[in-house]
Amino acid sequence: MASISLDHVVKTYPDGFTAVKGVSLDIADGEFVILVGPSGCGKSTLLRMIVGLEDITDGELRIGEKVVNDLAPRDRDLAMVFQNYALYPHLTVYENIAFPLRLARGQFSDSEVDERVRRASALLELDEHLERKPANLSGGQRQRVAMGRAIVRQAKAFLFDEPLSNLDAKLRGQMRTEIARLQRNLATTTVYVTHDQTEAMTLGDRVAVLRRGELQQVASPRGLYDQPVNLFVAGFIGSPPMNFLPGIVEGDRIRLPLVDVPLDDRLRTAVGEREIVIVGIRPDAYEDVDTLEPHKAEGGVRFEADVDVTEWLGEVLYAYVPFETHDAVREKLAELDRDLDGEGMRTQLVVTLDSMSTVRAGDAAELWFHPDSMHIFDAETGDSLTRDEDRAAELEEEAKEQRRRALERAKRRAEREAQAAADGEERASA
Amino acid sequence: MGGMSTKQRIGWVVITVVVLLWSLFPVVSILMTSFKTQAGLFSGKFLPPEWTWENYATILAPGGSAQDLFLPSLRNSIGISLISTVVAVVLATFCAYAIARLDFRGKKLILTTALAVSVFPVVSIVTPLFNLWRSIGLYDTWPGLIIPYLSLTLPISIWTLAAFFRQIPWELEQAAQVDGATPFQAFRKAVVPLAAPGVFTTAIIAFFIAWNDFVYGISLTSTSAARPVPAALSFFTGASQFEEPTGAISAAAIVVTVPIVIVVLIFQRRIVSGLTQGAVKG
Amino acid sequence: MTTPASAAEKATPTNGKRRRGSDRSRSEARLGWYLAGPAFVIMLLVTLYPILQALWDSLFSLRLTALDETEFIWFRNYQVVLGDPAFWQSLWVTVLITVITVAVELVLGFILAMVMHRAATQLRGIVRTAILVPYGIVTVVSAFAWFYAFDINSGGYINNWFSWLPGITEDLNWFAAQGTSMFVIIASEIWKTTPFISLLLLSGLAQVPGELEEAARVDGATGAQVLRRVILPNMKAAIMVAVLFRALEAFRIFDNVYIMTNGANNTEVLSLLAYNTSIGRLEIGLGSAISVLLFLCVLIIAFIAIKGFKVDLAGTRGDT
Repeated sequence: MASISLDHVVKTYPDGFTAVKGVSLDIADGEFVILVGPSGCGKSTLLRMIVGLEDITDGELRIGEKVVNDLAPRDRDLAMVFQNYALYPHLTVYENIAFPLRLARGQFSDSEVDERVRRASALLELDEHLERKPANLSGGQRQRVAMGRAIVRQAKAFLFDEPLSNLDAKLRGQMRTEIARLQRNLATTTVYVTHDQTEAMTLGDRVAVLRRGELQQVASPRGLYDQPVNLFVAGFIGSPPMNFLPGIVEGDRIRLPLVDVPLDDRLRTAVGEREIVIVGIRPDAYEDVDTLEPHKAEGGVRFEADVDVTEWLGEVLYAYVPFETHDAVREKLAELDRDLDGEGMRTQLVVTLDSMSTVRAGDAAELWFHPDSMHIFDAETGDSLTRDEDRAAELEEEAKEQRRRALERAKRRAEREAQAAADGEERASA
Repeated sequence: MGGMSTKQRIGWVVITVVVLLWSLFPVVSILMTSFKTQAGLFSGKFLPPEWTWENYATILAPGGSAQDLFLPSLRNSIGISLISTVVAVVLATFCAYAIARLDFRGKKLILTTALAVSVFPVVSIVTPLFNLWRSIGLYDTWPGLIIPYLSLTLPISIWTLAAFFRQIPWELEQAAQVDGATPFQAFRKAVVPLAAPGVFTTAIIAFFIAWNDFVYGISLTSTSAARPVPAALSFFTGASQFEEPTGAISAAAIVVTVPIVIVVLIFQRRIVSGLTQGAVKG
Repeated sequence: MTTPASAAEKATPTNGKRRRGSDRSRSEARLGWYLAGPAFVIMLLVTLYPILQALWDSLFSLRLTALDETEFIWFRNYQVVLGDPAFWQSLWVTVLITVITVAVELVLGFILAMVMHRAATQLRGIVRTAILVPYGIVTVVSAFAWFYAFDINSGGYINNWFSWLPGITEDLNWFAAQGTSMFVIIASEIWKTTPFISLLLLSGLAQVPGELEEAARVDGATGAQVLRRVILPNMKAAIMVAVLFRALEAFRIFDNVYIMTNGANNTEVLSLLAYNTSIGRLEIGLGSAISVLLFLCVLIIAFIAIKGFKVDLAGTRGDT
């Protein structure tokens, strides 16, 4: 097990395209880091550079203390789970898992190989499939075999390249928790590439958000959600995504498409001298006034909105409210939409309401939100103006503490198991 | 592989040059021979000591000593190969369409037969044909070669086309019909443009095979009425009995090789896909 | 090669059976045979008929030079052929040529396939075009090219070039002895047909997902281990098919031998023996017997490959 650190790592292809533009990232020993971003952001390239399948054009990659830029993949001692699993079709499940051990000729005796394969297969509940060929396995089983091959070697780190993208939604949820459990148990440094933000938010100790080959923000999932550094991160994290509205500053008020909001101290400081800003409000910040408990309503703003379409999903209700955006921010928001793989469709407000809400398509609903939930972004640079550094640091501290405790638990469990095994042997020899 | 180092790049260039030399050397060698004079032939040198067109004159120019041997055979080769290619491709197109599109018993039988025919030893066929053709008057005629050529061109055409046709998204035909096309329009506008490249590639490969034949050519012909070029080459003699026909044969060899090299250069990608699909594919 | 897709396709016959009764499937079958029938019948006519005729002729003492002496002699022609050392000599030569060419071509073809698989796009195009030249060239032309390069009576320059090698002198006559003649014949055969085998192997290579190789490298495999443990096992089917195809083709070798030596110095191959007997000496009965034996050899090779090595020629196609 080891730390991994990237220092201004650059990838430029022979055709001149730069896929990764100087990424620096320190991944601590035992940490679970997610690389996330829309397609083409360079996350997979970055992963493949770590494992050694892509050359590093510039910068430095260290595993542990050692610079590994020029090492072949096999000398890096990393294990990887591929998107299509890359199981060897001519080998049984057993031999697939044993493959890395067999390659290191002479290093493992047959009984050692057998013991390790059995341990991995027990952990992944593959025991009954060991003699089957990959072609006869289901998607989830293949996925677990691929993980078995990764863990059997006790490599320095695990790398996952969108491992769940070929599974259906239900299986994806199951395998997600399985991966989380496995990583917590083994406490192996893990780098995980995904474009799925649910995976990003649930699995990672820290999440690195990439955009066009550049690192935007590295933080705990909560840190990203609450304290995004810019429009891109704010728009990428969260589902449904954050609503972005043009905000025109007029005196002590800020005018949004459907409502005017009074500027309090926090917003005043954020806005500064700007006349126009982009305002971000998460869909869940809105409430239907009809179902709102009265004591919460204080200090918020109410407004009337024409609901265009509603989607009732059982536990929540999404309401869509079309609005006219402002020319000054249209270009910036269109660009953001493109970056986020959007289709540049109409501008609309998405509102998450209580499932008991009676709002229906065509209704004029009365909605509410609190100005504290507003994020303000610079209309030119897209930087967040409301980001609270202290609060962000606090969130990171919390996340760190959580991880430390999880690792300790894993360590204690391992010690207990080792102790139990030793006791068992003693008893057996006695 | 990403950015190649200079060393790697040099390595690749060296490999490419070696492959080029290996592939082209015999062709260049016979090209050089074709420019040698009678005296130059015995110099034991690769390059002609003096360059001459006289060998080409021998086979092409009016009055050239091998002209009456070469030109008719060239006409025969072109005509016979073209006709047998067209017949094979037309028949194979129907056959492959049925195999790719329709569900009927015997598909496997047809494909297996085609495979068996394609590995059939030609010499085993030629003896009885020799006897039969002589008795029914097909010996030394165009049809006498076109018919056995089908045993060479049909099987590979069927396999290649079946492979191509399997890849055509046939829903397009239905989609076109749903969009308002008549069945014929659907076939012409949606299917033909997709199938045409495969048919064309198959024709090239079939033509190569017919063009290459030697056994039928020397066995089933006796005069320049039907004798194709490869067979004719083995009948060349020198201008006098003291002269070797080396130069004339080399010149003739180059004349029949140049068109092939050109076709290969133009359709390289297609030929490769046709060959690999037709022969085997997983 | 056995992908889930092909497994699914293999299921179609049952599908067909289920529907066999319906009018629609019956008319589909009829249409199928209308379309495929002509090609099928012609293939049978041009091969099955002649081989049956050869079988029949081989039972007669048929000579075109003495037709009135023709009589039914049962298997005496086979007795004569099998008792003739010339037949066994030519069988041996044919087997030798087949084994050597296929073995060398397999190695060379695999290297070429690897080169094409790995090369950058522009280089791949050049290499592919270059190797198609030997494929496209007329075998007789290639035979002449090799012959003239080596033959001292036609101004061969190879001796001059390689006189520094032991055993090669300026007046070495390559076509005066069996060994050296065979060397040139085999070399020209390898030159002409390696491209085909390498293209077959290339398509087999392309079937091995690139991810497998990457996974193996991450798992700690060296280049040789990747080749031996991952790539080769996964293209076994392609290799077997390529070998079988080439072996059957090499066994029919005729053109180069005819042009270069015409069987002199014990280089007569089976095809040439059959040709010389029936077309050359007009001994149709004997020649037919040799033709039938040649055909049997091909059948045996195919049978051994398909049963013994489980080469599934038609099955590699997936469906039908």
